Amino acid sequence: MNMKPIVWVVAMLLLAAGAWAQEEAVTDTTTMTLPAPPTNLRVFDIPHDHGHGVIVEWTLSPDDGTGKNDVVGYRVYRADSPGGPFELRQTIPMGVDSTSDWGVKESDSPDYYPNNKDFYYKVAAYNDGGETDSDVFGPVQAKGQLFNPGKWPVLVAVVLFTIFMLYFIFRAKRGAELYIRPLAGIEAVDEAIGRATEMGKPILYILGLGTAADIATIASFTILGRVAKKVAEYQTSLIVPCYDPIVMTIAQETVKTGYYNAGRPDAYNEDSVYFLTNQQFAYVGGVNGIMLREHPATNLYLGKFYAESLILAETGAVAGSIQISGTDEVTQIPFFVVACDYTLIGEELYAASAYLGREPVLLGTLKAQDYGKAIVILCIILGTVAAILNWSWFVDLFHVGQ
Amino acid sequence: MKKEIPLLIVFVSGLFMAVQFFVPHSTSEKIYEFVMEWTIIIGIFALALGIWSLIRVSVNRIRRRTPNWQYSIVILAGMFGMVIFGLSFLGGVRSYMFRHFFDYVMIPLHATMFSLLAFFIASAAFRAFRARTALATVLLLSALILMLRFNPYLGPLGDQDAALAAWILNVPNLAAKRAIIIGIGLGIVATALKVILGIERGYMGSD
Repeated sequence: MNMKPIVWVVAMLLLAAGAWAQEEAVTDTTTMTLPAPPTNLRVFDIPHDHGHGVIVEWTLSPDDGTGKNDVVGYRVYRADSPGGPFELRQTIPMGVDSTSDWGVKESDSPDYYPNNKDFYYKVAAYNDGGETDSDVFGPVQAKGQLFNPGKWPVLVAVVLFTIFMLYFIFRAKRGAELYIRPLAGIEAVDEAIGRATEMGKPILYILGLGTAADIATIASFTILGRVAKKVAEYQTSLIVPCYDPIVMTIAQETVKTGYYNAGRPDAYNEDSVYFLTNQQFAYVGGVNGIMLREHPATNLYLGKFYAESLILAETGAVAGSIQISGTDEVTQIPFFVVACDYTLIGEELYAASAYLGREPVLLGTLKAQDYGKAIVILCIILGTVAAILNWSWFVDLFHVGQ
Repeated sequence: MKKEIPLLIVFVSGLFMAVQFFVPHSTSEKIYEFVMEWTIIIGIFALALGIWSLIRVSVNRIRRRTPNWQYSIVILAGMFGMVIFGLSFLGGVRSYMFRHFFDYVMIPLHATMFSLLAFFIASAAFRAFRARTALATVLLLSALILMLRFNPYLGPLGDQDAALAAWILNVPNLAAKRAIIIGIGLGIVATALKVILGIERGYMGSD
């Protein structure tokens, strides 16, 4: 049987059906009604920011979420003048009535949003039939603020704390007796240096992996200065392998000054403070090698430590050294507690310089810290009571904004 | 003047950084970024000082034949070897030798050092969990409860253990942790103020 005519007929029918369907679709689109426009357009500067963005808000189109003229979404346009030309900035899905139009401060970036410049905005609701514009809003400017009110609680806390500190420093300078509880770790420093002297072995001082900008490292410099002075007095040796070159430079100066203060500048060995590497585990390998070859009598780990803390401290324990550690890295403190003889926990590291020096000014700052902690404890108790009584205003007092 | 000028620089820089935290204006941000870029530049120059320090110490050890001086040769060979293999006219960091030394020497060595942590955790745990005092016994029991929560063979007892472990982590453990963190926060502010006001001068190499 010859199938050719039948195939031709079927093909022609399919083509005709396709053309008809396409015509229907076009007809349907052109007859679709445009959505009602969004209203009440408001554009204003983003508060408390760097000044490169605005917030755009509007009332949803009455057709949003309803029937045949359903809104698919909104298009946010911006122009330099009310007459345009308008540039499409964002497309927002239906049901959403606000957005932020913001950029960066770098003028050479494609995302640059200029501040202190007049802009005009409009928002259009759109569906398959087209879009309908709102009224134009403007002019509006993005401005940078000079103070972020969201950070009031931080400012108040810092000012209060500074006042406390200055007050106690003033009191200490006038000769008031300030009691501070003894810290075993600090008192053991002298004993550890004495032990090294008796054994004729060096002291290994590790400043950790922190940079010179870390507070823990800064605190460690002060302790290093005291240790260097004692080491110079006892005429024992000190090894300070460093992870960071800037830290090394400061440590060299600190140790040199320690020897100078002890009246033994000639005993300072330039090779005692040196750079090892700035690769974490290569540094650990290097320090472990020193521990196992030199067998230092005392290891001091004071500064910022990460995963290497336990590897260092356990190797030191295996080598039979007396070990004193201190860090403000909460996750590493347990490792040091387990592997070292004495550990300075968190803030005790910062307090160590005051303990070692016993200078009234530094002791005054410690007292201020204690009072600061007392206020925090009081606020925690009050906060608990406020939460039970559902006083959200009290909790809001401590809320810090972005 | 040798002390006063650095102290003045620290005071002005510290005060600017403190004020900058509260000022969101883009000018403040630009100055902050400028300062941060400078710290990177200083860091690069300091790296040269660091490398010089390592070379000097290693060469001195080799020259004086101090004990274990041979390790200094390994340090210098490793450092200069990688620098030479990384030179652009020898193929740069994508060259065969550089990549092979990096992939098959440096990375396995780093991984080995990190892997040691597992053994050190075991040895440290053995020492810490000896129930010699009441507090050590509490530590031992807490550790047992926490470790057993991962045991799949405990059945319904496992669910209870997991709940108890979660309580230990979220209540007493977190309370202690937060107490330490609050103390650290106050300590950081106090130390920063001491540095800004010139009370703490350890970073300058003086008391």
